[in-house]
Amino acid sequence: MGHDMIGGRTVREATLVLADGSVFEGELFGAEPEGGITTGEVVFNTVMSGYQEVISDPSYAGQIVTFTTSHLGNYGTTPVDDEASRVWCRGVVLREMARRRSSWRADGDLDSYLRNAGIAAIGAVDTRRLTRIIRDHGAMPGAFGAASVDELSAAVAAARTTDGCDLVGEVTTRSAYDVAGNTARRVVAIDCGIKTTILRCLSDIAEVTVVPSGATAAEILAIAPDGVFISNGPGDPAAVAQVPDTLRDLLGEVPIFGICMGNQMLGTALGGRTYKLPFGHHGGNHPVRDPSTGRVEITSQNHNYCVDLTGVAEVEVTHLNLNDGTLEGFRSTRHAAFAVQYHPEAGPGPHDSRYLFTRFADLIDANR
Amino acid sequence: MPRRDDIKTILLIGAGPIVIGQACEFDYSGTQACRVLREEGYRVVLANSNPATIMTDPDFADATYIEPLDADVLERIIERERPDAVLPTLGGQTALNLAMELHRRGTIGAPGTPEMIGANAEAISTAEDRENFKAAMIEIGLEVPQSGVAHDMVESREVLGRIGLPVVIRPAYILGGKGTGIASTPEEFERIASNGLAASPIGEILIEASIAGWKEYELEVMRDRADNCVIICSIENVDPMGVHTGDSITVAPAQTLSDVEYQAMRDAAFACIRRVGVETGGSNVQFALNPTDGTMVVIEMNPRVSRSSALASKATGFPIAKIAARLAVGYTLDEIPNDITKKTPASFEPTIDYVVTKVPRWAFEKFPGTPAVLGTQMQSVGEAMAIGRTFPESLQKALRSLEQGRAGLNCDLAEAAMESLDDDELGVRVAVATPDRIFAVETALRRGWGIDRVHETCRIDPWFLDQILMISEEREALAGLTSADQPDRRVWRRAKRLGFSDAQLAYLWGMGETEVRAARLAAGVAPTFKTVDTCAAEFAAETPYHYSTWEDETEVRPSDRPKVIILGSGPNRIGQGIEFDYSCVHASFALGDAGFETVMVNCNPETVSTDYDTSDRLYFEPLTYEDTMSVIEAEQASGEVVGVIVALGGQTPLKLADQLPRELVLGTSPASIDLAEDRDRWNALCARLEIPQPAGGTATDLAGAQAICDRIGFPALVRPSYVLGGRAMEIVYDDEGLAAAMANLVGLSGLGREGGLSAERPVLVDRFLEDATEVDVDAIRDHTGEVIIGGIMEHVEEAGVHSGDSACVIPPVSLGPGTLAVIEEHTRRIAEALDVRGLINVQYAVKRAPGSPDAAQVFVIEANPRASRTVPFVAKATGVPLVKVAARVMCGATLEALRGEGLLCPPVAGDHIAVKEAVLPFSRFPDADALLGPEMRSTGEVMGIDLTFGLAFAKSQLAAGDRMPTSGTVFLSLADRDKATGLRAAQRFAEIGFRLAATEGTARFLAEGGVVVDRIVAKVGAEAGRHDGEGADAVELISSGQIDVVVNSPRGRGPRADGSYIRAAAGRHGIPLMTTAAAALAAANGIADTMAHSPTVRTLQEYHAGVRRP
Repeated sequence: MGHDMIGGRTVREATLVLADGSVFEGELFGAEPEGGITTGEVVFNTVMSGYQEVISDPSYAGQIVTFTTSHLGNYGTTPVDDEASRVWCRGVVLREMARRRSSWRADGDLDSYLRNAGIAAIGAVDTRRLTRIIRDHGAMPGAFGAASVDELSAAVAAARTTDGCDLVGEVTTRSAYDVAGNTARRVVAIDCGIKTTILRCLSDIAEVTVVPSGATAAEILAIAPDGVFISNGPGDPAAVAQVPDTLRDLLGEVPIFGICMGNQMLGTALGGRTYKLPFGHHGGNHPVRDPSTGRVEITSQNHNYCVDLTGVAEVEVTHLNLNDGTLEGFRSTRHAAFAVQYHPEAGPGPHDSRYLFTRFADLIDANR
Repeated sequence: MPRRDDIKTILLIGAGPIVIGQACEFDYSGTQACRVLREEGYRVVLANSNPATIMTDPDFADATYIEPLDADVLERIIERERPDAVLPTLGGQTALNLAMELHRRGTIGAPGTPEMIGANAEAISTAEDRENFKAAMIEIGLEVPQSGVAHDMVESREVLGRIGLPVVIRPAYILGGKGTGIASTPEEFERIASNGLAASPIGEILIEASIAGWKEYELEVMRDRADNCVIICSIENVDPMGVHTGDSITVAPAQTLSDVEYQAMRDAAFACIRRVGVETGGSNVQFALNPTDGTMVVIEMNPRVSRSSALASKATGFPIAKIAARLAVGYTLDEIPNDITKKTPASFEPTIDYVVTKVPRWAFEKFPGTPAVLGTQMQSVGEAMAIGRTFPESLQKALRSLEQGRAGLNCDLAEAAMESLDDDELGVRVAVATPDRIFAVETALRRGWGIDRVHETCRIDPWFLDQILMISEEREALAGLTSADQPDRRVWRRAKRLGFSDAQLAYLWGMGETEVRAARLAAGVAPTFKTVDTCAAEFAAETPYHYSTWEDETEVRPSDRPKVIILGSGPNRIGQGIEFDYSCVHASFALGDAGFETVMVNCNPETVSTDYDTSDRLYFEPLTYEDTMSVIEAEQASGEVVGVIVALGGQTPLKLADQLPRELVLGTSPASIDLAEDRDRWNALCARLEIPQPAGGTATDLAGAQAICDRIGFPALVRPSYVLGGRAMEIVYDDEGLAAAMANLVGLSGLGREGGLSAERPVLVDRFLEDATEVDVDAIRDHTGEVIIGGIMEHVEEAGVHSGDSACVIPPVSLGPGTLAVIEEHTRRIAEALDVRGLINVQYAVKRAPGSPDAAQVFVIEANPRASRTVPFVAKATGVPLVKVAARVMCGATLEALRGEGLLCPPVAGDHIAVKEAVLPFSRFPDADALLGPEMRSTGEVMGIDLTFGLAFAKSQLAAGDRMPTSGTVFLSLADRDKATGLRAAQRFAEIGFRLAATEGTARFLAEGGVVVDRIVAKVGAEAGRHDGEGADAVELISSGQIDVVVNSPRGRGPRADGSYIRAAAGRHGIPLMTTAAAALAAANGIADTMAHSPTVRTLQEYHAGVRRP
């Protein structure tokens, strides 16, 4: 291991080790990892654009994100594209880091962005080999840094996946805040790790009050919302304690719309259970069909867990994933409540599903 | 929604001959469509005039019409076949325009007539009519460049007054940007606008504000009947707006778009396809983006499968044409499985984990007088695509895939031309878009100009420039190493990951390529092969479609069947195009049927051979020694490789034969290939066989060439060895001409860039036989020594016109049985002497004694033990699958055994005559003289088939784009040596009622032969010589519409003599032009037969069953 100058830049050699013992050579980018080693659950994302949105998405808390696309950082970074006020993922794995950015939108480059956020990245990695391992064996812990393979292996052995981890408590807002928006409605958004783009979409239909995930139904109802939104978030949904109870209390009181973790929370509240997918869905190209219309939407996805509604009464499946047949959305036939597992707000990803925010507004209006 | 069962028969319109802007991508799309529609149980009727296509193989459609793509002809086909639907969106602009013409006539798309599927007439007109399109885009809130439409010069100037210079001028209903240009001055405006008005079939141009320098993108969209839309691929042009996208270096996926911008573009593309109303299938939408503020404008939309769709299909693995065909018959995207993963549906958007780069290939050297400057009109004749994990890697791979003597992005011998430029000259090369600009850009960056300065000069995005700079910097670092340093594994890997080839490193380190290779392998550095799978490895891929790169893991799976590797023909170029892809594909089919596992290697995204389901395995790789060896080694590591086929892909793989392990080369041995190419040994062989040759010899310099000419006399044919398509071939008539030809051969404008002259690659100088008939023979010999003659083709134009540019006919119409027997016997003996295993093509010149067809002398010109350009035509004309038979023979089968299997059948019996005609791109190069000569310049070919030579010839002319008049005035201007044949042609024209016009000299000669000329025409520009009342010259008569056919046969290829003005005028006004007396005679006979018979269309299947003359 050593340092090397290429094209006027110092190359910091680094290694990535997976829990199954696989070793990858690479180069370090971004911040120096704390203690020289970054650990986390390694997942992969297949989007070809939108790296900054992915890296800043709170749903990646606890995870190391591998980008399958070859080049990263080409168009730099801009605060406009941040999905949260800080970066939550543990680290980034990539093939090729841009030296020079090029975009009229950018005010910084990705390498500096990561450094400023205190996040380490490992580049020049055979990310396709890594992806195939995760695809075949599931998301698993990994560690990278300039340390030796032995040190990294030890770190991996001590690392854990997100199974059983309630990470929502880590990422949720400490106190409630308002987001100005369409004054026609008032929505309370329960923050399990909410993305900025979701807030933007919600504010198109309502004035929004964002509350911590620990907010009780009574506290929420005290705000007198026309609707309640339950956001995306990181970690194992089964480990998130309070939110399903809160939702159970809200069902029937006020229209509810959930996205991603919100889908899992609503499903749990209605009596379903969640289970972990082998390597999750992380990308911007997943086809989802609404069985009632036959329409297919290309969706942005980022989840490791899925809802199982077997045996749950008074629910209707509204969206199914066409790649693996998993549940992507449902509604309660008894209460004004619906949710989707994917990300209709996009950021990054296609805009095919933004109609769901309008559907939420319509549901609110119909229930007033 | 399920498949439509209210439709039974579908007419698919093909794209016709290969022309600039419309190449073999439409064979790829049409072939896929034919397969899919038949799989779905429809009866497929196909119309296409191009015999070199896979889709016109008789087993790809139920009824195959190799007939001219002309509205009258299609009406007859429709009348005969009564299709329920017409699918016009898979045959390029040709099919779309024809469908619109048929719709205007009320033949299709009206109640009680066949339905248009894929796109209806209204959608096509919205997309194709530039005014309608702009209005539609504005209506849905998308921005378009400010513009106006004009139908004459007065209107044009009014529009210009509103917009102001600079402007882009685009004719309506054209393909490949023909007639398009950017005008920055009033003079340029006048010229480009008037050319544009002439180029548009409806006399309409769009004048729009120029946004040259903006970033350019394309999105490939698909839509189904349920209104589901997906983007298959985003493509970013490295060259900014101002260079036609077909002439731009492009990459996929888009590299410098943020997700916010990309999604806005995606939304706009969907809005566009919905508004235009393309109900099902693929479309491509082009956008420009202002790099300073992100303003996005829509440039245009193609409501059909396009060249970019082919690129997008090969780049992603998503079979756009196949899916488009299924959507057209009613399926929705989610009902169609993704072929590559099998488990996921087609209703998704491919995501890729590599970078694809496409680089066009041009042929400016073939069109002297045409400046090699790129603009809004497409001029390239082919393209290479390369896949790498990063942009630098794929760019360097693409550049070496072009096979133009470049080993990558500079760092090779040919870089000397750029290195020697001073900064001012280099600045011009960076600023002006030319085929070599990318090399100038790298040179400037390496000189330390900095990204900003280079960007200011060429407007290429700084990100791309920085990626190129990484190549430059790595090169400087590598140059600092000496061979004594023994680069370690990390150094090798870093260089390879930036795309450096062994050949570049050899140049850099002053070593041989094989030494570099050995050192690299000793350091343990070999390429890995990854898979193109549409999904970035998220799902397991079932389809082994691979590319090489330098990573940890290789994905080539073991195989259990013996494998044959077929080397393809690389990028299309003049002289080596679709015909060779046809041969490679046929070999793959035949060997697959015989139980071999077939492995295809090629780098041309337009072809059928690079479809992932043509062969068992596909490697999308450059056809160089290094890349080919890597594939061979990877395949050997995963199973048994029987051998490599090098004889079917033209000169590209043949050139590799010598370097590959001898024991692996299947078919004729490299030694025999060399024997046929080596002039001295070939001469000795012919002498031994007592087969006459024109006198000649080889030379490596002018003195040597002069010595030969002193011995053999003039005229002489001068040509380089080891090239295809008569590259730089010339007929010289005197010492001066010889000196010029030799100078051209050593100079950069000639063969310099392809390696120049050397003792290994001398010049061949032969006595040129004037007035001889040229004959081509394709034959197959097996290892037992049996030889079958596949076909004997008689050329219409006399010897001296390159065989690829000459019309030819099967069976020969003027050679007697004795002469044919001599030709067959010579062919057998040559095949035997060369120990041929597989195909051989032999060319002869037949010098006839007047009056007696059999009192002829047969000279052998050359023999090539490989597949020739004519093989597909012969197969279509005779019904014998020559390449399939040859491929089996190359792998050891005997002709006897293949006869037993039923693969080898006798030629079909019947009275049909097939004519192959060449299609020339002169209208694209208005500054080049439209003359035929020994250097091939045609881009494609058509076939006319009927029961008389005249009818078949007339069909071939119509198919090639020349509609022969049945009355009017023929203008003749004949060279002395052509006058005998010219007299017969003039007589024939006169007999069938044409008026004759001629220059004084020609008229006098014709009068002596008893043919009266109706009108004497002044010599061009000869004001002084004109007498009162003598009137206009030929150019003026042509321009004023008083001439209907021009016959102008020049002597040699001279400077700009008056003949060139006449030919240019004919080209400009679209008047049929014959530049040889032989072609004029054939045309006269064709017109006579056309007038005497009612026009008929028949399927190839009918001809193959045997049609007799009534």
